[in-house]
Amino acid sequence: MEQFNPRARRDAYGNKINRDHSPVLAHGIPWATILIGSLTPMLPVIAAAPVLPPMGLMFLIAWHLLRPGLLPLWAGLPLGLFDDLYSGQPFGSGIMLFSLTLIALDLLEMRFPWRSFWQNWLAAAAIIITYLLVAALVSGAQMTLLRMGVIAPQLLLSIVLFPIIASIVALLDRIRLLRVRRIG
Amino acid sequence: MAPPVAHRSGSNKRAQLGLFAGYVVAGASALVGAILLVISIWSPQTFQGLRTMASDLASPAGQAGAVTRTGGRSFFEAIAGYYDAGSKNAELEREIAIARVRLAEAEALRQENERLKGVLNLMSGDTEPVATARLIGSTSSSTRRFAYLSAGTDDGVTNGMPVTSPMGLVGRVLEAGRDSSRVLLLTDTESMVPVRRATDDVVAFAEGRADGSLRIRLINLGINPIELGDVFVTSGAGGLFRPGVAVAMATEITQDGAIAQLLSNPAATDVVIVEPIWHSDALQASEQPPEIALPED
Repeated sequence: MEQFNPRARRDAYGNKINRDHSPVLAHGIPWATILIGSLTPMLPVIAAAPVLPPMGLMFLIAWHLLRPGLLPLWAGLPLGLFDDLYSGQPFGSGIMLFSLTLIALDLLEMRFPWRSFWQNWLAAAAIIITYLLVAALVSGAQMTLLRMGVIAPQLLLSIVLFPIIASIVALLDRIRLLRVRRIG
Repeated sequence: MAPPVAHRSGSNKRAQLGLFAGYVVAGASALVGAILLVISIWSPQTFQGLRTMASDLASPAGQAGAVTRTGGRSFFEAIAGYYDAGSKNAELEREIAIARVRLAEAEALRQENERLKGVLNLMSGDTEPVATARLIGSTSSSTRRFAYLSAGTDDGVTNGMPVTSPMGLVGRVLEAGRDSSRVLLLTDTESMVPVRRATDDVVAFAEGRADGSLRIRLINLGINPIELGDVFVTSGAGGLFRPGVAVAMATEITQDGAIAQLLSNPAATDVVIVEPIWHSDALQASEQPPEIALPED
């Protein structure tokens, strides 16, 4: 068979004979990227205003849109808890908002199983806008309607950045599914 | 290893139950989050231990990043320095000549100051810094303005200590961990600093606006005496910050005060100084219930 097509027993993820996906990679990479995204406050950026997008949440949305069902529905509890430890928000806001995000994404998946890139972007933008507004309201900062303009740059940056996050996640998904485990 | 399609349980009772349980758990964790949120808004210090432990764990990575930031900047500055070396040299020499005169004047002023303080029987105003440290990160995606500091209780830092840079006040320590702590920056909306105009005794409060500027609110309402470019320094009221530390410069006049820009941009500071609380005994006394007598000394 290999005489005619050298890639006959291979696919995009490597050799199909004697090799399988590694469960550590397959499940570890999504969790690890979301946790690393939540660590952005430890970047050496001392911002005078909220500017950086909520990276942990954006990775969570991107993974769930690409591979629904990969993250269990309860994942919002541990991931949100970790995000709360660093984000500066009052403890509990991440747990609540990450859980609600997962429920919303699951309902979206049930209603629209086949989506285009634009629908994904629209859904992600809607969730990010809601998240940032609610997060600003419950942050304990004195936010009046006038002051809400403070998060506008962050909102725009997050929405524009989402396709890049989604393509990073797509790239990581190919690494995640590499057939590296030797069978037998 | 494609994930299982979770939404087609069909007539499988077990799968139906599993799907239902997933929603119950997710809803319950959202509820738990909401309850924790209410608790931590009600008393913000409840989860301090957890948070400081986490920032202690992550601070080595942040510290490496902060060193790189400083190093990287000086590297580029060194390259940029080659371009206008000649004109810069001439300019610097002129500046040195002026600075020598100013230095002599300052020396005279210092002596006069010391003499006057001697007359008034005041102590020298210099305070010994508790620790010098780096700002290793900030909550750049939240509307709260906290920064992480690379010093903690092991270095003698405790809650409430002022954090300054050579350019002026940066904030105060909110939660001290073992080798990292969380700093409430001046621009946070919960931060309130008693200030006065540097030139006279117009007293006001400087309140954060979460967007990098401060709102100066005059205590004595009436005709607004503030002018553009006025510099505000800490007044020492409240006993937390020592008086005379530069805070902000007015850039926009409002009805009850001004909008001011921060003088010590925390993003531009490499090393910050943690100072002791200025009048800690007075602060303790003000927090003690009136039934208990104060210690005599």
